[in-house]
Amino acid sequence: MTAVNPTLSRRALLGSGAALVVSFSLLRSPVSTVLAQAPPRLPGSLRRSPKLDAWLRVDANGITVFTGKAELGQGIKTALLQVAAEELGVEPSQIEFITADTAKTPNEGYTSGSQSMQDSATAIRHAAAQARELLIAAAAQRWGVPAEQLTVKAGTITAPDGRSASYGELASADMLNVEAQPQSKLTEPRAYRLIGKPLARVDIPAKVTGAPAYVQDLRPPGMVHARVVRPPSYAARLRSVDSSAVEAMPGVLKVVRDGQFLAVVADREYQAVQAMTALAKASVWDETKSLPDPAGIYDWVLKASAKEYVIHDARNGEAATGGRTLEAVYHRPYQLHGSIGPSCAVAQAEGDGLTVWTHGQGVYPLRAALAEMLHLSPDKVRCVHVEGSGCYGHNGADDAAADAALIAMALPGRPVRVQWMRDQEHAWEPFGAAMVTRARASLDGSGTVTDWHYEVWSNAHSTRPGGAGNLMPAWHLATPFAQPAPEPIPQPTGGGDRNAIPLYQFANTRVVHRFIADMPLRVSALRGLGAYMNVFSLESFMDELARAAGADPVEFRLRHLKDERARAVVQLAAEKFGWSAGRLAKGRGRGFAFAKYKNLAAYTAVAAELEVEHETGKIRLLRFVAADDSGEIVNPDGVRNQIEGGIIQSASWTLREAVAFDETRITSRDWSTYPILRFAELPDHVDVHLIDRPGQPFLGTGESAQGPTAAAIGNAVADAVGARIRELPLTPRRVKAAIGI
Amino acid sequence: MLTLNVNGQPHQVDGDEATPLLYVLRGDLGLNAAKFGCGLGQCGACTVLLDDKPVLSCLTPIAVAKQRQITTLEGLGGHDGPGPVQRAFIAEQAAQCGFCIAGMIMRAEALLRRNSAPSEAEIRAHMTTNLCRCGTHMRILAAVRRAAQMVRSAATDAAHAQEARR
Repeated sequence: MTAVNPTLSRRALLGSGAALVVSFSLLRSPVSTVLAQAPPRLPGSLRRSPKLDAWLRVDANGITVFTGKAELGQGIKTALLQVAAEELGVEPSQIEFITADTAKTPNEGYTSGSQSMQDSATAIRHAAAQARELLIAAAAQRWGVPAEQLTVKAGTITAPDGRSASYGELASADMLNVEAQPQSKLTEPRAYRLIGKPLARVDIPAKVTGAPAYVQDLRPPGMVHARVVRPPSYAARLRSVDSSAVEAMPGVLKVVRDGQFLAVVADREYQAVQAMTALAKASVWDETKSLPDPAGIYDWVLKASAKEYVIHDARNGEAATGGRTLEAVYHRPYQLHGSIGPSCAVAQAEGDGLTVWTHGQGVYPLRAALAEMLHLSPDKVRCVHVEGSGCYGHNGADDAAADAALIAMALPGRPVRVQWMRDQEHAWEPFGAAMVTRARASLDGSGTVTDWHYEVWSNAHSTRPGGAGNLMPAWHLATPFAQPAPEPIPQPTGGGDRNAIPLYQFANTRVVHRFIADMPLRVSALRGLGAYMNVFSLESFMDELARAAGADPVEFRLRHLKDERARAVVQLAAEKFGWSAGRLAKGRGRGFAFAKYKNLAAYTAVAAELEVEHETGKIRLLRFVAADDSGEIVNPDGVRNQIEGGIIQSASWTLREAVAFDETRITSRDWSTYPILRFAELPDHVDVHLIDRPGQPFLGTGESAQGPTAAAIGNAVADAVGARIRELPLTPRRVKAAIGI
Repeated sequence: MLTLNVNGQPHQVDGDEATPLLYVLRGDLGLNAAKFGCGLGQCGACTVLLDDKPVLSCLTPIAVAKQRQITTLEGLGGHDGPGPVQRAFIAEQAAQCGFCIAGMIMRAEALLRRNSAPSEAEIRAHMTTNLCRCGTHMRILAAVRRAAQMVRSAATDAAHAQEARR
């Protein structure tokens, strides 16, 4: 890419805002000093929370490290612990680690976008290194020994003469109550004890032995069980409900009604389930058709009112003449997060305050939204993250927290646990948006792409709270909160246009994002956002171009790829896969795809081999080989686990998944109406090869495999059957249609 | 009142005999491992053993479970003394969010109790009842293979020990 991106980045805006805050605080200094000392940017989330003691505390009781990020099953807690222990010079077991909690931890916004390593690990690393230096300085001063002569091991500082003291003995009350410095004395990669080595996940022993590990497992004394009764469809209106019989059911403590927000509370959980069923039967709803015709959903996407953003327009060469021009259109349906455990939350109203235990991805944004919904001051609301089932983006977690908050306010003093049912999770979670993309490109006589024109039509890919209007239960209150108009996420990360700009170098490239604000189906962030579809489209189209140019797909990519790290993962994946031009057995195909997630995070290449059963159109996955460069690797097994999981999950999306609906209701309401990949359909092997870059910045991994996997499968199917399927998912019906049977 | 034998211990429970076992395990007995995933018998997150056979506790009424031996994940071993299948899952780091894992381990335990040398195809066919959403499947399979190996070598060791005593 040679053109400067015309859209001002969110990061740049945030960065300048943070700098402004610091400048104001310096205004008491002479202006000349301010000008001379333009504050350097602090690393990672230190920009937002610059005090060292926001991140770690050391006292006689031990060492506590804080992160504003949440463990979502991605293993972030373990990786952050490794970084903290490495830089502090202690063992991981010496650290008590506290994750997202508005009463305790820094505000790091959402745990999303594969940004926790860049944001939080970077902050913790620098804070820990600076704390270590302060502790060493305290020892040096106490003993009158030069700091360079002191050694640190397991949180104990030792002088050459044998005197030693633990961190707890050396720490003073306000030692870490200081602003972070922009530069830290970081541990050299050659001295690493922990970074770059696999550390067993700290959360797994509890999870495999049944120790309480999830918000679903909380049982504070006096806890009661709640269930909500949702409208049967988005536009349904409650005509009437007679709750008298439900109120008389055994164990039922309360029926909560606020507008058409309905809930039951009971002593025991199954009583709440039975009461929920009864209350649903006792409610009468008027439903209206509010959804587009599912058979014409892509026409709806193309015709909906859209705002056009030219996100990339680089013209560096003559338009091709006499070459070939190809055009292709790709489709992606609405898809589910589909957490295995439906959303859950526990809330307790006490005095004038409220505490909510939630598996949401952002405790601070959730707190603000709940406070707005309940007309409370945010400082009266505490949100504590407790793990839930994996979320893969914005699912029902925040809404369940809102449910619990609303019900707890109606039952002061009692901890209220709300557990969604399976059909509620399926029907009410915000989906990954349906999308259409169109790619057009010209090849010159030498088989080089000269003109590339790409358009993506999409809904929003984040409707996170935000405010109360993005909490679904708030839509149903007597005084409802309306969902605010969504805004596109600007480049360089992008939302629907995430990874829409190719990393390949073409003479002329133009990329247009058509942002559709109207959301007939509820949508928000699903792992990878638009990158899943854009990488599927770009990398499918690269294969189509390679075929037209008579080139090998891997060689064709390398022909247009200048970024050395990108080339390295492409070459490594091809080599480990044993990529060759040789013919495979009939019905077998191989496919390749690559992306640098968001064009600024991990580089991931995936090669796939599969078999297509001609008579049935069934795809049998055989093997995946991936190569990944996530910058400096903290926990290689953690990175590998994320890539492996991303490949299998994306394979499920790509082969199976589409949300079903009619013009009134969401009809995907369980695992039979929304099937996902099962063990019997797995590939034989998934191999992940990592390129470590010690000393380089961390590049987030969590979402980087989603797009390349989809395209590698699509390309392998095209290779196997000699026909291209451009509509997801790649169902047997579509395979048969493509091969004409 | 009826008596449920859970992990070798009798428990008196009251309530409707139609109550699914899952709610009694979690609510009355305070056992965390079996999870509510769907309540429809579609995902396997609630899998427990009834006399060595895997059942979906979200659909199994407690009336069916009385007079039988119920085993939950907690019954295989705790934090300080995990059982072989649990150790295999730790060794393979076979979890991401882990929400499905209790059910996965119980289903694998059921397989290994009747066949400690399952083929890859048998493992996959047996495990296909249970859903995982994080995509941890390949590690789960590796853990089941490892557990089978551990169960077999424990049996061999026991046989050798018995031989030595003769």
